[in-house]
Amino acid sequence: MGYIIKGETGDWELVIGLEVHAQVISKAKLFSGAATEFGAEPNTQVSFIDAGFPGMLPVINSVAVEQAVKTGLGLNAQINLTSVFDRKNYFYADLPQGYQISQYQQPIVGAGTIEIDLPDGSTKSIGITRLHLEQDAGKSLHDQHPSLSYIDLNRAGVALMEIVSEPDIRSPEEAAAYIRKLRTILRYIGSCDGNMDEGSMRCDVNLSVRRPGAPYGTRCEIKNVNSIRFVMQAIEYEAQRQVEILEAGGTIDQETRLWDTGKGITRSMRSKEEAHDYRYFPDPDLLPLVLDAAWVEGLKAGLPELPDAKKRRFMEQYKLPAYDAGVLVAEKARGDFYEAVVAGRRDPKLSANWMITELLGALNKTGKDVEDSPISADALGGLLDLMADNTINGRIAKDVFAEMLATGKPAAQIVDEKGLRQVTDTGAIERTIDEVMAANADKVAEYRSGKDKLFGFFVGQVIKASGGKANPAAVNELLRAKLQG
Amino acid sequence: MTNLTHLTLAAARDGLRAKAFTAVELTEAHIRAVEANRALNAFITETPDRALDMARQSDARLAKGEGGPMEGLPLAIKDLFCTKGVLTTAASHILDGFHPQYESSVTANLWRDGAVMLGKVNLDEFAMGSANITSYYGPVKSPWRRADGKDLVPGGSSGGSAAAVAARMALAATGTDTGGSIRQPASFVGIVGLKPTYGRCSRWGTVAFASSLDQAGPMTRTVRDAAIMLRSMAGFDPKDSTSVDTPVPDYEAALTGDIRGLKVGIPREYRVDGMPAEIERVWQQGIDWLRQAGAEIVDISLPHTKYALPTYYIVAPAECSSNLARYDGVRFGLRVEGKSLNEMYENTRAEGFGAEVRRRILIGTYVLSAGYYDAYYKKAQQIRSLIARDFAEAHKQVDIILTPTAPSTAFAVGENDDDPVKMYLNDVFTVPASLAGLPGISVPAGLGEDGLPLGLQLIGRPFDEETMIRVAGVMEAAAGFTALPHLLRGEV
Repeated sequence: MGYIIKGETGDWELVIGLEVHAQVISKAKLFSGAATEFGAEPNTQVSFIDAGFPGMLPVINSVAVEQAVKTGLGLNAQINLTSVFDRKNYFYADLPQGYQISQYQQPIVGAGTIEIDLPDGSTKSIGITRLHLEQDAGKSLHDQHPSLSYIDLNRAGVALMEIVSEPDIRSPEEAAAYIRKLRTILRYIGSCDGNMDEGSMRCDVNLSVRRPGAPYGTRCEIKNVNSIRFVMQAIEYEAQRQVEILEAGGTIDQETRLWDTGKGITRSMRSKEEAHDYRYFPDPDLLPLVLDAAWVEGLKAGLPELPDAKKRRFMEQYKLPAYDAGVLVAEKARGDFYEAVVAGRRDPKLSANWMITELLGALNKTGKDVEDSPISADALGGLLDLMADNTINGRIAKDVFAEMLATGKPAAQIVDEKGLRQVTDTGAIERTIDEVMAANADKVAEYRSGKDKLFGFFVGQVIKASGGKANPAAVNELLRAKLQG
Repeated sequence: MTNLTHLTLAAARDGLRAKAFTAVELTEAHIRAVEANRALNAFITETPDRALDMARQSDARLAKGEGGPMEGLPLAIKDLFCTKGVLTTAASHILDGFHPQYESSVTANLWRDGAVMLGKVNLDEFAMGSANITSYYGPVKSPWRRADGKDLVPGGSSGGSAAAVAARMALAATGTDTGGSIRQPASFVGIVGLKPTYGRCSRWGTVAFASSLDQAGPMTRTVRDAAIMLRSMAGFDPKDSTSVDTPVPDYEAALTGDIRGLKVGIPREYRVDGMPAEIERVWQQGIDWLRQAGAEIVDISLPHTKYALPTYYIVAPAECSSNLARYDGVRFGLRVEGKSLNEMYENTRAEGFGAEVRRRILIGTYVLSAGYYDAYYKKAQQIRSLIARDFAEAHKQVDIILTPTAPSTAFAVGENDDDPVKMYLNDVFTVPASLAGLPGISVPAGLGEDGLPLGLQLIGRPFDEETMIRVAGVMEAAAGFTALPHLLRGEV
């Protein structure tokens, strides 16, 4: 059970809600036709609308609406058939219109839930308060000139989904699991690439602490925490900070704080009194967004199988344990790869073991996932087949696998070239057993006088002497007979 | 040759097609009139070279028997419409040097149909005003004069448009109307001003004042001219989400002269306290004309009328406060440097905006701010719905509504500008239809006791400009308004 901070005056519980800004995958911006490609030269993807020129008007991009609705469906959320775009008014150099078009009181998606997978294999349901569409701002570049800031408007007007969770998260691990799961869902749906490095997914953390079971405390918002690791660090730091203040008899000021990546601390950005008055009001340039119920139903019918459903199916259809299924559905490509390995005929558990322990383990070391695997699903299947028909045993298979990873050659070819075919000729095995018994006469005597446990030693010695190629089952059988004399 | 600048738009069109004169001749005559009347300060930017280029192209098309419905007809363009490569100011210092790289949809439609641009005409700064006295480029003078000889305002905000059309500097002009900015100046200078249904003309490329109210329309000397010009200006525009996709009819064909059996509503709430007798008299005259033409007069009630003006002066400033946030000195127009970003904003906007614009930004910011939103903006939106419902109910009973356009004739420069509320009262009859998004037209009906024009307003059903134009044509014929501004009578 839960993450508790043991203070000097007792236990403290964390109450966390996350606001995730997810950049919508769409060729065009939310209200203009300008392109959205990441990494373009500054100010090359800007229309007069994005730059806030006089007389320019926004027109909603239907692709962004579709992506938001699909995401809402993926979060098991209420889809609001009527939603309203509002203006959030504030002045900043990278906000050319002087307002951000967002959704305030009537978002496109209402309440939903996410099932998060915790390290102990259990799951927890985290409420989604809402999802709304809004424009991204441009970028201010403060490091290009000693006294001036540069503005890049390429990002200005790009569609964002702001996904707000309920304050249901209780620990840094749960926060991490929530972000990972949300990212998985977004990627399955194809509505956001979830790439936190490129800023296409960003996170604000709302956090307060309380005595377990007590009412909510005063919260602070931590802005722009841009990796899962930083989210966990920021939560740990901020929770500790709040506990220390409260235990010293102080009170928490409701404020917006900034995560300082360099120092690993949060620091005050603005207090409640300094908070902006955004003067939200419905954008008169846009009519309410009205969706057709049948269109929403059509999107629902066309959704891909989502991670939770796929996990349940893997557990039922392939009899996989929850942990294995969870690992295999964490990325859509993994599930696809796994099912291509099983291919309807191979042993599902063995396939999962090889994929998780060997393949993902190896890929992990280089920061890759199955999309970049040098071994195809077919090739891994070929290796499993060689074990199934006793051409090689499990130990040799690991060597073959390493060779496949290095050379990309098929398993059968490697086995042939290296002469790794398993020895099942009983005569040859018997000869090896005789040699091993002769060389370890003392151990044979011990075994025969009742030290059964030495059996494993003899198996190991025989297999080693065969160069790993002896069929373990045959070795077992023959060895047992010979040892008993 | 007849005096080409005194032709109606329709007559000029017919004359060009009959080759009685050329587009270049017509345009040159108007360029001379523009130059001769610079004292009115109607134009901010004259574009004679461009006008002649366009006229030559029109002549070439006309010679081949081609040409659009507005071919070769010289117009004045309110300087709120962005015109590609031509200085566009909104009559504000803050847009100094702004040459748009795009053309507004409305003006693009006019050029598509062959019209000729004489230049960009003056207005109240950002279209905020009722007298054309808030322009950074100075007030516009009306071509009309009162017995006391004082300079009169042409009304606003489309004051330059009104003055240019009344003084025969242009055959017609584009205007924009947010709370009466086409209809009130039309009434003040004795011309026709038509505000179409909200959504009929695209707002794309027109500098925004209050997005939910702004609507472009024609300002002309006859109802037929307004019908011709509206057909070219109107149309669905996918670039404006509030534009409505409904076909544009041949409005000129609506001028049948037959209004027998039509029901005309007379709203009792428009008999406001202290209304001058001459307004009452002209209104009654209009009622009589329409009755004599075979229409049925019906007394109606628009119970929320008295809330229209305060509602408007919450909604419009609220939208303006947000729409004008983009004028920050960063990307175009005026920049007044400062030691920090905020200081640059403050310096730029303090110097760039005039007093009336600043006042409305302050009002708008206030009514949207936390703690006041519900009391002001939200309440105003609720009342706006009730006002629209009043009209919808009334239009079940009647085909058209007849009211005065403005509560007075034109006033002198310097009058009324001590008290913004007094100035805002100019819009009392025009604002309700604006809030309801309905089409309205002001038709010259006669002269007041001071010898100055007075207009009557017709308010139609949504997207039924045709009925409105039909009734306006009948009223125009009955009124027989022929009075010329004093300037043209050689009396100034």
